[in-house]
Amino acid sequence: MDYEITLLTGMAIAVMFALSLNLITGFCGQISLGHAAFQGVGAYAAAMLGKAGWPFLATLPAAMLLAGVLGVIVGLASLRVRDDFLAITTMGVVFLFVGVVRQQDVLGGELGISGIPDHGFGKLGFMLVAMLACVLVVLLSVHIRRAWMGRVFNGIAEDEDTMRVLGIDVPRYKLAAFAIGTALAGLSGAFLAYHLQFIGADNFGFIESITVLSMVVVGGIGSVPGVLVAAALLSALPAWFQFIGDYKLLVYGGLLFLMMRFSPEGMAGLVRRLRGAGAAREGAR
Amino acid sequence: MSAATGTAAGAAAPLLEVERVTVRFGGLTAIDEVSFAVRTGELLGLIGPNGAGKTTMLRAITGVVRPSAGQVRLQGQALGGLPIHERIRRGLALSQQLVRPLRSISLEENVALAAGRAKTVRPWRAITHVDAGPERARARRELERVGIAELAAQGAAKQPLGVLKRLEMARAHALDPRLLLLDEPLAGLNSKEARALADTIAEINRQGMTVVLIEHNLGEVLRICTRLVVLDNGRKIGEGEPRSVMADPVVRAAYLGTAAEAAHA
Repeated sequence: MDYEITLLTGMAIAVMFALSLNLITGFCGQISLGHAAFQGVGAYAAAMLGKAGWPFLATLPAAMLLAGVLGVIVGLASLRVRDDFLAITTMGVVFLFVGVVRQQDVLGGELGISGIPDHGFGKLGFMLVAMLACVLVVLLSVHIRRAWMGRVFNGIAEDEDTMRVLGIDVPRYKLAAFAIGTALAGLSGAFLAYHLQFIGADNFGFIESITVLSMVVVGGIGSVPGVLVAAALLSALPAWFQFIGDYKLLVYGGLLFLMMRFSPEGMAGLVRRLRGAGAAREGAR
Repeated sequence: MSAATGTAAGAAAPLLEVERVTVRFGGLTAIDEVSFAVRTGELLGLIGPNGAGKTTMLRAITGVVRPSAGQVRLQGQALGGLPIHERIRRGLALSQQLVRPLRSISLEENVALAAGRAKTVRPWRAITHVDAGPERARARRELERVGIAELAAQGAAKQPLGVLKRLEMARAHALDPRLLLLDEPLAGLNSKEARALADTIAEINRQGMTVVLIEHNLGEVLRICTRLVVLDNGRKIGEGEPRSVMADPVVRAAYLGTAAEAAHA
């Protein structure tokens, strides 16, 4: 039972993390190759505050706030760049994060932070709290999708010049996407810190950034159910198959490439197309 | 009718003032110290041969290009330095020559997005408002006005140019502007469609909307416009009541000149 609880907790955290990137990349069309840095900020914030005596739940808003503020700063720096250059800029952010954290003794340096205090919920309780947080993130995603914000994000993702002509303050909306997405990444980081009880800079590096991007792409960029399923499955894979854990970058990078090449709309697109083809065949009869 | 509009417009202060605007692209001067005013309630035709700088003029007004000199004022307020979206929020709307629909959503949703301007002014409003019922209803009225209501639910991706031009105009009108800028709305339409849409433009104007119309279809321009401004080679060469402007030898020469060149080519 312990094994399943650990697995499900990890899945819930991965889903939160993937949906946080989906908000920025999926909804608003802004690619990020450095999203793990913001999960790292949240994780380090929660770990440090926890060791300083804060209760676990109190570390959550702090982790979100810090990650969100840094997200807005990175967002401001990224406003002038699009597409390929945005990818490179955000990639720089994660290398910067790992580089800085490794050099800071306050942050544990190369050794990372160990001995993160217990959350006090027990394993099962923590899993339920993580799942509750995950459900809230799902509901927030679905809400944003349905709200006017979702319509604007969708328009910016497709053609930001047209959105300007429609009176949309494009930079402000991009910053909003960065703020919400990175704050939620910080939330997932806080859970991850307490879940692992030991964190190091390498938990939040480029490989993790690619992994979470592959979850979003495999699920279907922008699709909440697609990303949810993909993140849950892909996060469990390394636990089920040892070799995937050993060749993470190869497997997730490969998946990313294959999906972009053969089904750019991800699993959600694949399902839509199969349904569409089925419906067309029904219609032909 | 044009006389009545003229007196009404003459009494009011200009809605838009273009003051000695110059636009240079590298060494090319696309617009050279052009000044004109748009009066409240009028339907102003901005005409001229190809390459005269009409579209560039419109882009300088909306802020897509930055003039190297001069100023544009809307209701007395200088627009210089304001980003595009801010100018739109202050009351401009642009129907673009090159249609730019959002292809992933339906025609109705395209127009509704413009109609929802009050709900999209800030991200906070946009995240706290979900309902789009009134905006969709408004969108259907706008689509009906331009004659493509029956296509409302269809995606914008596969529509012919004629439909997209009308969509572009419906979307601009849904922004509830003080000044509607139309860049060749009739291009790509057949003569019957063009006439119907020109009637629609005239009708929108009669209901109180101030319109600046760039159009190559001179027949329709002369039929509906209350006043003309003529550009050639980036300079203003004529302005005034349509018939007298078209009788001006300088304007005639500009048009006949290009006609002769076109025939030559």
